[in-house]
Amino acid sequence: MTSVGSTALTSSLPPPLATEAKLSIEGVRAWFGSLEVLHGIDMPIADRSVTAIIGPSGCGKSTLIRSVNRMHELTDGARLEGKITLDGIDVYGRDVDPVLLRRRVGMVFQKPNPFPSMSVRDNVLSGLRLTGGLSAVRPDEIVEKALRDAALWDEVKDRLDKPGIGLSGGQQQRLCIARSLAVSPEVLLMDEPCSALDPIATSRIEDLIHSLKETYTIAIVTHNMQQAARVSDYTAFLLGGELVEFSETNRLFTSPRDSRTEDYITGKFG
Amino acid sequence: MKRAHTDREYEGQLEELRERLLRMAGVVEQMIVDAVRAALHQDRELAQATLERDTTVNRLEVESDELCLIILAKRQPLASDLRFVTLSLKMVTDLERIGDLAVNICERAIDLAGHPQPWPWDGVEAMGRVVRAMIRDAIQAFVDRDVDKAQSVCERDAEVDKLYWQVFRTALDLMRKQPNSVHDGIHVQSIAKFLERMGDHSTNLAEQVVFMIKGKDIRHTGRTGD
Repeated sequence: MTSVGSTALTSSLPPPLATEAKLSIEGVRAWFGSLEVLHGIDMPIADRSVTAIIGPSGCGKSTLIRSVNRMHELTDGARLEGKITLDGIDVYGRDVDPVLLRRRVGMVFQKPNPFPSMSVRDNVLSGLRLTGGLSAVRPDEIVEKALRDAALWDEVKDRLDKPGIGLSGGQQQRLCIARSLAVSPEVLLMDEPCSALDPIATSRIEDLIHSLKETYTIAIVTHNMQQAARVSDYTAFLLGGELVEFSETNRLFTSPRDSRTEDYITGKFG
Repeated sequence: MKRAHTDREYEGQLEELRERLLRMAGVVEQMIVDAVRAALHQDRELAQATLERDTTVNRLEVESDELCLIILAKRQPLASDLRFVTLSLKMVTDLERIGDLAVNICERAIDLAGHPQPWPWDGVEAMGRVVRAMIRDAIQAFVDRDVDKAQSVCERDAEVDKLYWQVFRTALDLMRKQPNSVHDGIHVQSIAKFLERMGDHSTNLAEQVVFMIKGKDIRHTGRTGD
């Protein structure tokens, strides 16, 4: 099904999305105390696609994705205006429970952060336990499915009861992805998921992202432009809290529309 | 003013590639001038000297290709840099082919020297003039990032084609009247054909320059089956 992104953009018309917009970010402004870090972002995040968010340090990339699953508001003094909808529902609506929202919109962080005292199995199940979703289902099946989806099952199936912290960095990151997948999210937010990993572990995660997008909607923040170019279908370039350009990835990395995007991705920035 | 890359070594590599392309284009342009002059004036020595310059063109092609590969491998260029490097890979191929065609003209010129010359050399000279200007303008458009100039090169290819058919027909008529001149007449037609092919390669160069500047592919417009 083809639809057209409905939101206006800073510098150019949005490209037609190949799938429906799963998330719609409309006029989002964000503050830390009195410091405004996002100045009115409008962009869609396409369903079952990968959207990369790139930009220099401090441009608001992480704040933007943390706004999507309402993690931004967990910081003291943080504030947000605008609208973010998930399947048309305002995630900041009065009836929306942030905890349940975060089950639908999972997050993977820069540094692998398995719970150090937990086994591989318990790490995978921790999200379900915390959100009270473990009672009605068979844990072993969930563990196996999540680890298989995270391309980790074959490497850890014989050590499920060993500490998760004993895995390599790349395996730990895939364990964290498995932990996010175990709660059956629809959207996966990834905040520089490979920045602490070696090239082989990075390739595994990128390969995993390619397969995950068949089922999940993914937004990835990355400093690595080649990674954004490799894994994503759409790319948003943020600068100083503003969306400079949102475009199909192939387009943005070969013929960007905005000269600021051009300067940034060709290394003429700063 | 155009911004420079933050990494000066990278900026230097791109500048070096640009200079190599310009050097190669300069050598090729002079080869065309001299090849046509050698044919017109039955100058064996000039033809031989021009022919030998092809080794310089070949060397510059290899060196430019190597630099492109190094940049691609080590820098992973994006956007206009990516278009410039991939364009350079294509440009050196077109320039090298033009050099080969100039060699082909020189070989025919050597074979024709000392023979009777009833041939339509005015037309050949005109073709050489237009083709040389096309290459010069394509390269100038590349240097100045001038889309209009590049597009004007593409438009002039029709003029070269028209001149080619005039030379071809005139040479054919002469061969019909003087059957013992067929060997030389075919050489003259070949020279015209080599110049016509140079016009095509110049058009390729100009189209690539448009792509480099605008990011828009104007090749085969309406002829890609889309």
